[in-house]
Amino acid sequence: MEIYILWLRQIRRYTRSKSRIVGAVGQPLLFLLALGYGIGSLYKRAGGGNYIEFLVPGIIIQTILFGAIFWGINIIWDKQFGFLKETLVAPVSRLKILIGSALGGATTTLIQALLVFFLSMLLGFRPYNWALTPLALLIIIAFAFAVTCFGAGLAAKVNDFQGFQAINQFLIFPLFFLSGALFPIQGFPKALRIIASVNPVSYAVDALRHLLINQGHFKLFTDLLVILITLIILTIFGVYSFEKIET
Amino acid sequence: MGQKIIEAKNLTKTYGNHTVVKGINFSVNKGQIFAFLGPNGAGKSTTIKMLTTLLRPTNGEITIDGNNVINEKNEARFAFGIVFQDPSLDDELTAMENMELHAVLYHLPKKQRLQRTEELLKLVELWDRKDSLVKTFSGGMKRRLEIARGLLHHPKVLFLDEPTLGLDTQTRNLLWDYVKKLNKTEDTTIFFTTHYLEEAEEIAQEINIIDDGNIIAKGSVNELLKATGTKDLEQAYLKLTGKNIREEKVDAAEAWKMRARSRRMR
Repeated sequence: MEIYILWLRQIRRYTRSKSRIVGAVGQPLLFLLALGYGIGSLYKRAGGGNYIEFLVPGIIIQTILFGAIFWGINIIWDKQFGFLKETLVAPVSRLKILIGSALGGATTTLIQALLVFFLSMLLGFRPYNWALTPLALLIIIAFAFAVTCFGAGLAAKVNDFQGFQAINQFLIFPLFFLSGALFPIQGFPKALRIIASVNPVSYAVDALRHLLINQGHFKLFTDLLVILITLIILTIFGVYSFEKIET
Repeated sequence: MGQKIIEAKNLTKTYGNHTVVKGINFSVNKGQIFAFLGPNGAGKSTTIKMLTTLLRPTNGEITIDGNNVINEKNEARFAFGIVFQDPSLDDELTAMENMELHAVLYHLPKKQRLQRTEELLKLVELWDRKDSLVKTFSGGMKRRLEIARGLLHHPKVLFLDEPTLGLDTQTRNLLWDYVKKLNKTEDTTIFFTTHYLEEAEEIAQEINIIDDGNIIAKGSVNELLKATGTKDLEQAYLKLTGKNIREEKVDAAEAWKMRARSRRMR
């Protein structure tokens, strides 16, 4: 019940902020259009096939990654402007506060990812086998929850927006660009390939590619295992950071 | 009367090698209106945070309504309500939704929740605005809503941390009227801090003054006046705490928050 009401709070806030919805879908859409059509012809000439098809799973992961991290700003906001204190003095465990809020954050990012998915269908994208899409959805949910927990954990540790921005610049952007979301990992120089192969985001992108367009760099099983481990580690990180908050 | 509802023994908080609260002892009687005064940086806020389970004391013990605040956190949390110095409402939710969230976190059954919400929102004269988003409220309305919310779960103790800061005289008077009414009708113990000494002089039955992490004076207004040979609480207070302005450490986040707050007030 407490988890539900904290989840509901996030959903209510989300549905009231139309600009946030548009903004959060706008960025990935821009990537999809600009890169998809800009690089698409080059990619085809180089023998890579349909670039938009290749790009869509990456863009879905981008939507989740940035959506969930930016959702963490809500937590900083709550911390700075007091609402968090209302929950911290309430007779509710920190674990429930985190789970409820993170589920809310994950739900909103999931909605955004689905919006991007449907918009990409307008551009002609089709999953190669609809029977596999439920598993793809499951991966999207797991990844969204993991990154939301990470965002909440970071927000618990960082005290101002500038600090959060710095983490965004130096951690999230590299994780995204070096994940194979935009370019095939096979084409990376060796050093970058190594980075990509220790980057959990790569595996989430790869898993979606397996399931949606039947392409992949790693084995699907490896992808799923890495996603599961990432989910566990990031959830623990979120819970641990939340337990430590003192105002 | 005479039964202790808050008790702090040897309460201490140390950050690194800087001790902010230095082993203080005090108690508040059930049904009392208790003022906790002191200059900025004296340890007031730190003490309130420890009393309300937000900060873990380095040393010492606190009980609220018989519950140990450190080991029986949740039991203690049911026993008190708090109105923080800075707003802690969700601006993007309506007044009603803020109340609902609080009620659920404090396990209030639905029927009781609706009844109590109506009663309290009428008390603070916000019932006709119950479905407005809180961000459309003025500072005074927000403070009133916070008080209503803090009372929703029938707390035995209500903490008010500088509740009248930034409010106009009318709203301040109204607020203290509510508080007195509450104290009478529901026998709620009131623990408050303020920088407006005339407020403390008017409504507090017991006053403790903290300075530099120590409690330096205790007693009723009359006792404090008598002890210092002064005519009003402000003079007594200045005599006890001196006239120097205190240096308060402000970290970056705090400064940023203050800027943002003053921007919003404009």
